[in-house]
Amino acid sequence: MHFGPHLLLAALEGLVTSAVLALTALGLSLVFGVMRVVNVAHGEFFMLGAVLAWAISTAIAGHPAVGFVAALVIAPLLVGLVALIAERLVLRRLNYNPEGTIVATIGMLYIIQQLALTFYGPEARPVEPPFSYRILLPWFGYSGYKLSVVAASVILLVLTWLVLTRTKIGLIMRATQYDSETAQAFGIPVERVYAGVFAVGAMLAAIAAVLIVPISQAHYLMGQDPLLLSFIVVIIGGLGSLRGTVVAAILIGLSDGIISVFFSPTLAKIIATLVVAMVLVFRPQGLFGTTAR
Amino acid sequence: MRDASPAKVYALHIGVILALFALNFVLPDYHQGLFARIMALAVFAMGYNLLFGYGGLLSLGHAMFFSAGLYGAGLTVYHLGWGVPEAFLAGIACGALLALVIGLLALRTSGVAFMIVTMMFAQVFYLLILYFAAWTGGDQGLVIQQASRVVSIGGASFDLTDPTVRYMSALALFSVVLLITLAIVRSRFGRVLVAIRENEERTRMLGYDTTANKLIAVVASGATCAASGAAYALLFGYVGSNFASVQYSILPLLWVLLGGAATVLGPLVGTLFMYYVTDITSGFTSAYLLIVGIALILLVLFAPKGILGTIRQRWLGWLP
Amino acid sequence: MPLLTTKGLSRRFGGLRAVDGVDFSLMPGEIRAIIGPNGAGKTTFVSLLSGRIQPSSGMVVFDGADITNMPAYKRVRLGVAYTFQITSVFANLTAFDNVALPVQRTLTDGRTKGQVRTGVMEALERTGLADRAHTLAGQLSYGHQRLLEVAMGLALKPRLLILDEPTQGLADSEIDNFIALVREIARSATVLLIEHNMPVVMQLADRITVFNMGRILAEGTPEQIRADAQVQDAYLGATHG
Repeated sequence: MHFGPHLLLAALEGLVTSAVLALTALGLSLVFGVMRVVNVAHGEFFMLGAVLAWAISTAIAGHPAVGFVAALVIAPLLVGLVALIAERLVLRRLNYNPEGTIVATIGMLYIIQQLALTFYGPEARPVEPPFSYRILLPWFGYSGYKLSVVAASVILLVLTWLVLTRTKIGLIMRATQYDSETAQAFGIPVERVYAGVFAVGAMLAAIAAVLIVPISQAHYLMGQDPLLLSFIVVIIGGLGSLRGTVVAAILIGLSDGIISVFFSPTLAKIIATLVVAMVLVFRPQGLFGTTAR
Repeated sequence: MRDASPAKVYALHIGVILALFALNFVLPDYHQGLFARIMALAVFAMGYNLLFGYGGLLSLGHAMFFSAGLYGAGLTVYHLGWGVPEAFLAGIACGALLALVIGLLALRTSGVAFMIVTMMFAQVFYLLILYFAAWTGGDQGLVIQQASRVVSIGGASFDLTDPTVRYMSALALFSVVLLITLAIVRSRFGRVLVAIRENEERTRMLGYDTTANKLIAVVASGATCAASGAAYALLFGYVGSNFASVQYSILPLLWVLLGGAATVLGPLVGTLFMYYVTDITSGFTSAYLLIVGIALILLVLFAPKGILGTIRQRWLGWLP
Repeated sequence: MPLLTTKGLSRRFGGLRAVDGVDFSLMPGEIRAIIGPNGAGKTTFVSLLSGRIQPSSGMVVFDGADITNMPAYKRVRLGVAYTFQITSVFANLTAFDNVALPVQRTLTDGRTKGQVRTGVMEALERTGLADRAHTLAGQLSYGHQRLLEVAMGLALKPRLLILDEPTQGLADSEIDNFIALVREIARSATVLLIEHNMPVVMQLADRITVFNMGRILAEGTPEQIRADAQVQDAYLGATHG
């Protein structure tokens, strides 16, 4: 292939990465924005979504699309339930103390990962895509499913945006994010908002994972890269800003796709991580939101 | 630090050292080896405790300081054929230098940002080890041959692969670091460090350059962790990228939380306890990380002060 | 020569001019009180003096040297000590350790434990806390915590001691002791205090500076201030608002 088509392919792959990343990072950003909790186990919710998607789709016979749709509905709900239980049993008891919750979510990370290893095993397993239509471009054919992942992600992002800006739920969430004590004084059930946000954050990661699993297989260690990349996106994009998260996800997804086509993926990761660390060091205020309490 | 007679405090710590010395002659072979490993890694935990327990700075990247020592010592022996003492010092120097650079950068942040920044720098360090696999051996690691692990002092030569020599070397390092930690904690610098942990703004308004003090703590902590890493490479003859992974940043945090943050003996107690829990349960389950995860959650929920921290609070107020 | 002067000192927070072009000077050895309605910029002003906040413009001169850009901890070393409005002793350290922190820093030579002990006990005795040296600061009564705060300030051997609302929350009997303590401190240091309790101000202060809306409204002896119509307006306006 010539350089041009090669770049186009890299860009398309990057766009798919961006789409999934935007959803995952949005979950992390919501949780940190509203609850001030850095959820280190976020990547494991992603992994759990993928593993459950495999389990559900293999349990249901018939056309692959049936199993996939079932997975897309059931897996996020189950992950949300796990998150609710974790919030109730652990985070709430810690009063959402930032440092305590980091240590606790590290613990959750190990627990979920090891349970997945025990019950699911160390193999990487594929999920069949719901359809296998290929779009023929002049230079190469491209998976129609991959493009539909991008479309699905866009729809979900727009939906989230509408909920956050146009509904009462969104208003309550923003009020809690701005000042949880005042919100509580005005009769907002802050604890229930926190529980809901934590569950929704985990569900967004799970949905992203179900979407990606027909492309990249389910594996018990697959949560690590999305976690790191989501951190990067949240830091670069700025906190609580949906637009920032999406822009950063596109930026990171595209550059990750393009850089890893032309450079060693390890070197790409080294550079990306170092750049983000430096951003945090020298411009923390612009990246962790302006209303530091 | 309620008014404790220094004699009592020193007696306790020297007693612990003597007990560990005596254990060498009592323990069965397998446990003798395990104890050597635990003492070497307890130094890692003590280095972590200095910064986290006393200074109140929670780093999620200390694997990079440990592995700076590990590779600083391991690679100079492997590639340059350095002797054991020079390699050990090289390891400590690498860790101290890295800690200085990381400290200058990361201390511009605080709280959650500090945790994330240290984790990211450690990740970069880990990836660099993989990237330069030609020299570091990547995730396969490198084995340091027995022949390069013999120390000659005067006419005598000590083989670090011999179980008793290895045990005594680990004990020597552990004892030195334990007594240095005790001295630091009881010093004026220790008092300032605790003050910064309790209220940095107030400490600054007493005329202290808190950033400089924190930087000293980061470098001291990094150098101590590097000493542990260097000793580990030389005593056990293996360096590998696994020691630089995130997991090895979490472990010292776990050991310190378990034993009791801001207690001098806590890191030893935590490391010992965790190693034996893993050792005993390994008969039933291979899911070692599951135990780590559960232990972390139970600790933050129910015993945030750890074993010795709780004992100090309830019974022994004088425990440093 | 004044110990401390400011020229055109200003600090804006967004659109708000918390301190607005203040020219101020303080003579060595005096006890100066700053009074004014809530939100007048008093705490912001002393925070600018101590270096906890950076000014938007203007300058601060201490003992002839421009300290406008000097970090807070270095100002403390020059002799500008600040005690916090909200009590912020180290609750988990003993009273002894609280005072040992400033004492050990001012000892530049002969670093022995004995000297720290002597310095600490001296400061604790001056504030009447000597018998509570080994109590955790968090377990002291509120009044004693305020005194500990002052003891920490004293132990810095300051040339200028800034007290931010030191009598807030003290009982009347404690206030009398406190007045005596400040008089004694003033024999070796200049004292600048923000204070709401007017009887305390009238008894203690050599001169009074009145702040309103980030500016100096009036300055003079207690008698002059008492007679000043503008000051009365500002206070009445504030209580009605």
